[in-house]
Amino acid sequence: MKATIRERIKQNKSKRSSQNKIEKIMPMVFLLMASISILVTAGIVFTLFRETVLFFSHVSFINFITGTEWYPFFGNDPSYGIWPLLSGTFTIAAIAMMVAIPIGLAAAIYLSEYASDRNRKVLKPVLEVLAGVPTVVYGLFALTFVTPLLQTFIPDLPIFNALSPGIVVGIMIIPQIASLSQEAMNAVPQSMRDGALALGATRLEVALKIVIPGSFSGIVSSLVLGLSRAIGETMIVSTAAGSTPNLGFTPTESIQTMTSYIVQVSMGDATFGSTIYYSIYAVGMTLFLFTLTMNILANHISRRYREVY
Amino acid sequence: MKNKVVVANEKQISKRITRNKLAKGLFLAATLFGMIVLATLIVRIVTQGIGYLDFGFLTSYASRRPEDAGIKAAILGTVWIMSITIPVSLILGVGTSIYLEEYAPKNKFTRFIELNLANLAGVPSVVFGLLGLTVFVRLLEMGRSILAGGLTMSLLILPVIVVASKEAIRSIPQEQYEAAYAMGATKWQIIRTVVLPAATPGILTGAILSLSRGVGETASLLMIGAMTFIAYTPTGVLDGFTVLPIQIFSWASRPQVEFQAVAAAGSIVLLIILIVMNSLAIVIRNKYSKRY
Repeated sequence: MKATIRERIKQNKSKRSSQNKIEKIMPMVFLLMASISILVTAGIVFTLFRETVLFFSHVSFINFITGTEWYPFFGNDPSYGIWPLLSGTFTIAAIAMMVAIPIGLAAAIYLSEYASDRNRKVLKPVLEVLAGVPTVVYGLFALTFVTPLLQTFIPDLPIFNALSPGIVVGIMIIPQIASLSQEAMNAVPQSMRDGALALGATRLEVALKIVIPGSFSGIVSSLVLGLSRAIGETMIVSTAAGSTPNLGFTPTESIQTMTSYIVQVSMGDATFGSTIYYSIYAVGMTLFLFTLTMNILANHISRRYREVY
Repeated sequence: MKNKVVVANEKQISKRITRNKLAKGLFLAATLFGMIVLATLIVRIVTQGIGYLDFGFLTSYASRRPEDAGIKAAILGTVWIMSITIPVSLILGVGTSIYLEEYAPKNKFTRFIELNLANLAGVPSVVFGLLGLTVFVRLLEMGRSILAGGLTMSLLILPVIVVASKEAIRSIPQEQYEAAYAMGATKWQIIRTVVLPAATPGILTGAILSLSRGVGETASLLMIGAMTFIAYTPTGVLDGFTVLPIQIFSWASRPQVEFQAVAAAGSIVLLIILIVMNSLAIVIRNKYSKRY
């Protein structure tokens, strides 16, 4: 009998020690998995940086950031000035924001201040569906529906133009702006609304004078995030905006954005190691820096300037 | 007789009320605008593509003639890509969220990981494509293969899965942990027997929603070099591939109107797949999620 008890204690001990081992190993395993996300970021920064440096050994950095001509496919005399691509990108983003800001904010105000619970339960999921439509389908929609529709108002609008994809990109980011802004507005305490209503304010006055000032940081941060998405949008622009680098705000002409240039080159099978091949990394780096700055900015705004209730 | 002040006041009040009503109408119109666009988009895509949508469309390869074109290779490609993306992104995503919710000490490193994930979620997918192209396709010499595409896609949706899993884990009430601790359970035992079972529906819902984003994702795979014309069935993870959205894009960018209709037919199939996935997520959420 004694032996068995001793054995049992031994067994228990060995079991516990193996358990202890698992207890020690598991956190490390999970830490490893969590670190992968950092590795991914490091990978993005590293690859972009390395190939961008290689690109600048072919093309001067000053020419790249000050140049106003983007003709990478000009056989003997290509020029790599980023401005036409930047202006294309911001043309799209500007049109998109002109559509998305008023409609997105108005929808957010309606959902947060006017809609009954029942209406909200129907309307919000529909907006989410709108956010779930693949961008390539939006692109097809822009090319085969919105452009012809616009052509009935603007007869000499070419088939590839900035206006139509700009509007559709705007439609795509409406749900994001609406739902993020609505969340910010929801954080304004009900007692403040009740106070204003009790003093005889209309709902509109409550929205404009109480809710919007109270949730301003959240609203601005949602707009910045929306802008960042508009800048990074690829497929709608590639499908419907054409591929003509164009300097200046030219909504009724074909343009090229940073994203659609990257797609164009990667579709065309640029020779590995050529200047054109490296140029997509330089453009990608520019794009990455823009969106990263905006995301950090949005984060900062919503944290730093948040009203605490 | 009313005096002048009261009359002026009443005038002003009625003006304010009208303004409120007007604004309400405008706000409602803005909210409905999204619905109208969605309805227009669906009606438009369906009427445009329904003529090409038949059984042959699902079972034939891409073709130079619009009436023979099909999406067999694209659907198989999507299935192959998902067969890599689902395990990789789930394991990494759930692992990361378990670390962040259960183990991570409140220090700078943890905050750095969280900030990093938030920023990663905002990186344009075309940049993820550049990463995949450089690291998977060239550096690790996977070529323009299903493996490279699947891994790129996994990294792309990782931040979304982490956010969803974290929320699912966070919604487990503290009492459950305490009960398990009181019985002498260790941390890992609690995670295995309490946390994971309770969080599974939430994780699954989030995972399906992020995978449905992956199914519609185009730009990053285009960068990897998914082909637009494939007339064979992939037999392994190192084969070339195409996926549904890329097939749609390549048809949409052809000048012929017929191919745009074929693209619309492909879009119908894509939208149906997404609707099925989203409904599945909603069903899981409603059926298995517990309220504590």
